[in-house]
Amino acid sequence: MSAHIDVTNLNVFYGKQQALTNVSIAIPRQQITVIMGPSGCGKTTLLKSFNRFLELTDGTTITGAVQVDGQNIYAGDVDVTAVRKRVGLLAQRPTPLPMSIYDNVCYGMQIHQMRTNKADYAVAVQHYLELAGLWEEVKTRLHEPATSLSIGQQQRLCLARGLAVEPEVILGDEPTSALDPISSQHIEKRLLELKNQYTTVIVTHTLRQAKRLADYVIFMYMGEVVEAGVARELFTNPQQERTRQYLEGVF
Amino acid sequence: MRRQPWNRRHLIERIMQIAMIGSLVIVALCLGAILWTIIVRGLPSLTWQMISQAPKGGFYMGKAGGVLNAILGSLYLATGATALAIVFALPIALYLQTYLATSGWAQLVRLALDVLWGIPSIVYGAFGFTLMIVLGVRASLLAGIIVLALVELPIMTRAMDEVIRRLPRDLAQAALALGSTKLEVALRVIIPQTLPGIVTAVLLAFGRGIGDAAAVLFTAGYTDRIPTSLMRPTASLPLAVFFQLGTPYPEVRERGYASALILTIIVLVVSFGSRWLAARLQRYTVK
Repeated sequence: MSAHIDVTNLNVFYGKQQALTNVSIAIPRQQITVIMGPSGCGKTTLLKSFNRFLELTDGTTITGAVQVDGQNIYAGDVDVTAVRKRVGLLAQRPTPLPMSIYDNVCYGMQIHQMRTNKADYAVAVQHYLELAGLWEEVKTRLHEPATSLSIGQQQRLCLARGLAVEPEVILGDEPTSALDPISSQHIEKRLLELKNQYTTVIVTHTLRQAKRLADYVIFMYMGEVVEAGVARELFTNPQQERTRQYLEGVF
Repeated sequence: MRRQPWNRRHLIERIMQIAMIGSLVIVALCLGAILWTIIVRGLPSLTWQMISQAPKGGFYMGKAGGVLNAILGSLYLATGATALAIVFALPIALYLQTYLATSGWAQLVRLALDVLWGIPSIVYGAFGFTLMIVLGVRASLLAGIIVLALVELPIMTRAMDEVIRRLPRDLAQAALALGSTKLEVALRVIIPQTLPGIVTAVLLAFGRGIGDAAAVLFTAGYTDRIPTSLMRPTASLPLAVFFQLGTPYPEVRERGYASALILTIIVLVVSFGSRWLAARLQRYTVK
């Protein structure tokens, strides 16, 4: 297993409250890693340490290292916009930007100046909308507001928008929790299709979703990693008592 | 399950409801009374001559002429001041929200703006006048624009600040997650999303600017000539109202009301115009 993201001794405090304690974990490359655990266990905090989103909250203290491809993203000379370009985020609720469907996908490519002319941008927009499985539904209405889409479509638009900046890692913060079952299936299907090209890390509190998606699982409890391992093994034969209890639905 | 109208909770609700409606009615009546007064007393004198001519000799004693000098002067003053204020207010509001957020510095800036907001405009006028004496500058359109911009700045900035503060955090974060800089978030996300609110903030400031008499009294002066240069004094509608109402001649006082009516109409036109514009700009905003 080659690790894509390597976390060593990560401690995170919100003010005085410790959210993560000595987390050391490796995220395998081009697989789906699912972080699971009960509410408030630090899943989302761990996820958001991968794209430096924790610092958007006032009073956050972070110690330790998160290495992406061997480079510590918390080092002093790191350009945070470059980190977030490499590590994309699919948020809990879809958040279309206040612009057209087309511009939502185009925006990221434009700020990073990833194409040189209009025609190339148009080709790219189509490509990423197809990757996200949305193209057929929006091809005749690209210039309508993104908010005119249904919630499920908006989340696929957010996926297309994220993919368009060509990240290596896709983070998903409970990316289907606001969606109806059919839309959730859509998103899960896309994530499975894409997993050979991207390193994917998903936070979820539904065990069934974890079982459907995961190649690798991290189980967290009270800000610590209790157990991590290959999905099949962890689900069938957990080594830790607390993992077993969680899988059995004790808490 | 039957309703009990005299039950304590229902009674309190009824009383509060009456109090709310009462407040609304009082405010609406005041507005109505003001409009009624200026329409009834001003409309008969609102002739084509009033809005197409500058005052002629003896205008303030009831002879021919109009207040075109004041109409143009007010439009120039308020438009110039509002434009100047936007140039400063928008960057300050964006900086407050995107870079300073809720830090101590931001609170200090907000406090300073709130204090400035509360300062009567005559103080701005006196301040401007003192500065002009030091610099050896005469009362002029330019000086009026600068001082009015100072009067407008705190209102505009705080109104924009509040609008941007109410922006959902998710929205800025969505753009940050794609690797945007804060400036890109401000220009590509925050401004388009809050544009209707920004227009309202500008409008609010414009309204204060065009209606202000005290700040322009010392700084822009007053003249019966049509304003043609930034360096010369200019008339303004609030002062035109003031001077005309101050005369002993009834027909001139009637014209004062007509001038007030013109001022009100300008504010209404600008207000409806910008609301219409804001509604059109709302197409892409996220609700």
